[in-house]
Amino acid sequence: MATSSERSPPPFPDSEDQELLESEEVGAPDSDDDDEGEDLFVSAINPEQLTKMDTTLPEIDQPSAISAEPPSEAMGDPLVEPVSHTEDKPASEAVSESLDDFVDLTNNETDAPGDAITAEIAITDATKETTEIALDEPSDDFVDLLGNETEVAREEVVTEDVTVEAVPDSSEAVGSITDPPSDDRTGSDAEQEVKEASSCPIIDTSIDSSASNTQQPPVSEKIADPLVDLISDAPPADVKKPSQPLTDLFEDEPSDLFREPQLTKSAKQPQKSLFDEPDEDIFGEPLGATSKKTLNVAGVEQKEKNVTTKSGGSDVSGIGGPLNDNFHPEPTDIFTEEAVTTVPSVVSTSSVTSKTNGVHSEEEADIFAEATVELSLDSPRNDRKKNVMTKPAASAPSLSVAASLSKPQSATLEELEEEEQEDKFDINISITNPEKIGDGMNAYMAYKVSTQTTLPMFRSKAFTVRRRFSDFLGLYEKLSEKHGPNGYIVPPPPEKSILGMTKVKVGKEDPSSAEFVERRRAALERYLQRVVCHPSLLQDPDVREFLERDELPRAVNTQALSGAGFLKMINKATDAVSKMTIKMNESDVWFEEKLQEVESADQQFRKIHGLVDSLVGHRKELSLNTAGFAKSVAMLGSSEDNTALSRALSQLAEVEDKMEQLHQEQASNDSFCFAELLADYIRLLGAVRGSFDQRMKAWQRWQDAQSMLQKKRETEAKLLWANKPDKLQLAKDEITEWEAKVTQYERDFDRVSATVRKEVLRFEKEKARDFKKQIIKYLESMLQSQQQLIKYWEAFLPEAKAIA
Amino acid sequence: YRNLTHWLKTRSVSVDLNNDASLLIDIPDALCERDKVKFTVHTKTTLSAFQKPEFSVPRQHEDFIWLHDTLVETEDYAGLIIPPAPPKPDFESPREKMHKLGEGEATMTKEEYNKMKQELEAEYLAVFKKTVQVHEIFLQRLSSHAILSKDRNFQIFLEYDQDLSVRRKNAKEMFGGFFKNMVKTADEVIISGIKEVDDFFEQEKTFLLDYYSKIKDSTAKAEKMTRSHKNVADDYIHISATLNTLSADDSTFYLRLYKVEGRVASDQELKLTELLRYYMRDIQAAKDLLYRRARALADYEHSNKALDKARLKSKDVPQAEEHQQQCLQKFDKLSESGKRELTSFKGRRVVAFRKNLIEMAELEIKHAKNNVTLLQGCIDLLKSN
Repeated sequence: MATSSERSPPPFPDSEDQELLESEEVGAPDSDDDDEGEDLFVSAINPEQLTKMDTTLPEIDQPSAISAEPPSEAMGDPLVEPVSHTEDKPASEAVSESLDDFVDLTNNETDAPGDAITAEIAITDATKETTEIALDEPSDDFVDLLGNETEVAREEVVTEDVTVEAVPDSSEAVGSITDPPSDDRTGSDAEQEVKEASSCPIIDTSIDSSASNTQQPPVSEKIADPLVDLISDAPPADVKKPSQPLTDLFEDEPSDLFREPQLTKSAKQPQKSLFDEPDEDIFGEPLGATSKKTLNVAGVEQKEKNVTTKSGGSDVSGIGGPLNDNFHPEPTDIFTEEAVTTVPSVVSTSSVTSKTNGVHSEEEADIFAEATVELSLDSPRNDRKKNVMTKPAASAPSLSVAASLSKPQSATLEELEEEEQEDKFDINISITNPEKIGDGMNAYMAYKVSTQTTLPMFRSKAFTVRRRFSDFLGLYEKLSEKHGPNGYIVPPPPEKSILGMTKVKVGKEDPSSAEFVERRRAALERYLQRVVCHPSLLQDPDVREFLERDELPRAVNTQALSGAGFLKMINKATDAVSKMTIKMNESDVWFEEKLQEVESADQQFRKIHGLVDSLVGHRKELSLNTAGFAKSVAMLGSSEDNTALSRALSQLAEVEDKMEQLHQEQASNDSFCFAELLADYIRLLGAVRGSFDQRMKAWQRWQDAQSMLQKKRETEAKLLWANKPDKLQLAKDEITEWEAKVTQYERDFDRVSATVRKEVLRFEKEKARDFKKQIIKYLESMLQSQQQLIKYWEAFLPEAKAIA
Repeated sequence: YRNLTHWLKTRSVSVDLNNDASLLIDIPDALCERDKVKFTVHTKTTLSAFQKPEFSVPRQHEDFIWLHDTLVETEDYAGLIIPPAPPKPDFESPREKMHKLGEGEATMTKEEYNKMKQELEAEYLAVFKKTVQVHEIFLQRLSSHAILSKDRNFQIFLEYDQDLSVRRKNAKEMFGGFFKNMVKTADEVIISGIKEVDDFFEQEKTFLLDYYSKIKDSTAKAEKMTRSHKNVADDYIHISATLNTLSADDSTFYLRLYKVEGRVASDQELKLTELLRYYMRDIQAAKDLLYRRARALADYEHSNKALDKARLKSKDVPQAEEHQQQCLQKFDKLSESGKRELTSFKGRRVVAFRKNLIEMAELEIKHAKNNVTLLQGCIDLLKSN
């Protein structure tokens, strides 16, 4: 007893429950009749609960929420949200105080471009503002939020330092960069990386940057250009596909950079209207460039780049439809969000760089890690870039985009999705007449699968086939084999249930086996509906065959999918995914976040599923106990010697009997509407994770090819050294071969990534829609049962009143 | 000290009492100390037997038991239904649950834990409230009884402002009590063999024995039912807390749903289970009366036989005659008051059932209507989104 009270202050009137009882009292006086006495309990809980919520939530949860949120909502929302959310004074005061500061800052930054000062000055101004604010800041929690701002500031300051030092030597600059955290370290890491990799066909950064020191005009132009390019590339790509700009952006750069400086210069004109701030920054820079600006520009550029992409994103969402909630196209937002989002992405990329150590991956990483590096790296890749450029725009999602763009981009993707989604296919599938075929352990269930459609791809408008359970599993196997590797989320069928099926086979006519059959029928129906609702899967000939063809070749090897085996498979896949994730060190924040979301959703669903199961169990128990009570009361009624009371008691027994029925129905509603839905989604989430897994695999293949290519190149170099011309040609051929493979695999990876992304968004939409539909159905069933309950008791009431 | 005045004013089990304004008793306060509950017994009276018109005394559960036992043991009250003693305060169930909750804390989200804790606190309070009520009802039934209200021990219980320091029964006595019960049941078997002379009591005996077993069963079933109903309500809490991590809308919905469901369960408990439980004890008290009367009858028959024997032997005839007369008198007196008591008991029971059943039906309707509003609102909200 003592231990329990120590662990969790129990409400026992020893000492702790004093307030409780007092609060009880507060709630009590308005009680007037007996049942109100019961109300009191509830109302007594309320005040306490309310105060608990009011005091603890805003103070503890809210601030942490604030500090956690900045990445997505840094500027625009937090300013408003915490204030409206927190009812607690202190917190909201802090917020509103900082609000003012923020507004100041905002003004400063927004003004900057308008004043036509060079962006650098504007930024540094803003920087000073930020740091000042950060120091003034009264609320700790808010410092966090501002911290992001100040980080920008610090970064900025550092780059300035670098600028000064960069004049003598860039390696020194590297040293000074290493001091500040995250961002800058990445820069130095990357540079070191590059230095190490200098044997590769990549130009050493240090050389490059020092070169830029000495040969000012070209370099500054070089630096300026990519930005111009960024901007010039972004808008057109934006309109089509938001994911594209960055890859293109970066991959195009070099080629444009060196070939058509003029063109890009001219390109800047139209851009100004779209991105007035970044434009001015960027172009202001190089134009007024002085020798010591080079590295600084790089720093600024990095920021600018982000800004550009951001505004690109915001632009897209503007075009695509309603804006993302937490994204605001104002330049201020761009700055803050930038600062916040880039930091993690850069960190992760740097580690990718160090881990993979491959030349090409480095490029990828550097592209968004450090402008200076990127520039030098890009030049030798010109040829490849062109290849990339030829890729269809739509299938070129970029890794780097997501780093900074994930939010707005996903918003736009969703919007695109939405448009796609609107055209629902006119196909309706129902599964009916489950029928046991055969006897004993060889018996199986067959279902009538009826399709109604106006789609021209089918031979007729309505047709029916008979399918057995293993056919459904066979269809899934075929589909997942074909479409899984491409990143599609193939809806999984219900798993085999040896126990359930054995009962059916044994032929016991008990309600549980009837329930099992119905549950499975419904699950199969939902499964098929999900398949045909998928635009790509519907096109699959196997699906058509499954729906149309009279006799289907017997599906084999579905044994692997039985019950536990199926789950094991999914779990194994999950393990593989998580292992690979560690290896891959996800460079794309979007995927990383989604995977986390999926995993936590999976956990939550499993938990709720367990809870709903126990609810079903308890409700069944309640139903059983109600039946027992009804019987007992009927007996009591028969013993009662007062006629009216005896009658009332037997009426009560009848009411309780009906209650039992209601509880039972409710239990099956819990199970069919709610638990089954959750089970479906637990399976589907497994499939979603499978698609992430496929993406990882594609990535792995690409990485392997890259390291193979690397080896081949080393071989070539060795052969050159050893002066063996006879073997040299072979090596060269191999290099060409592997280069093609690398390109191919990279393209595959990009394609799978794009598909997964699209599929996940589609899944999320489907999920939301599905849940809404099912929950409404579930609630309606509950509503009905409550209405019945009212009827029963209302009928009983006069009986009770008639007791005399 | 906790003042429970306000909510203690309300009563769960209605035991219809012909309230006599000359002696009004209530328990406005109760204090829980470890396992002991200290009740403040407040009396307002116009009777001259008491020194003051209004007074309060502290009493413990054991004092109530002492009072009950002395009443049962008073020979003069053998023909009365002695109101059943209040059951011992039992906080084990919520305590155990709290303990379990503490152990399961790690597996729960903070919110889930808090909600469960609140729920347990409410349950604990409900148990506490019920405990106070049954003690109050015991005293009120005594005070409303024409004969028992005049009992000296009862008056001492109400008036004596010091600790009654009732000697608690020691283990041997407890054991003795248990033995006594055994003897009583064995007795009952023997006595049941005696041919009843009065139709009324014959009928009552059959009725009460049958009714007792039925109501005992119903009580157990009702307890089981309300318990599983509580489990359902608890599941709602867990679901709502977990859903909360997914979406806030569903969660608040579930939270409110569980509150309604929880109240359905606790009202059932209060209006139905508690009613059945009380009348189960009351019927036991009535059965005890029948037992005492049957015993007196047996005594009388025994004395008759003794008298016959004495006459046969012509020895000690006057003593035997006297004894026989005493037994007859006692038996007649018992029968007379017993008849009265049992008749009033019947009326009381019917009234109480009526009141509770009406209240329960009304509460069920009220809660179901709340649920309907809640569900409709939720559906509308979902549909409008």
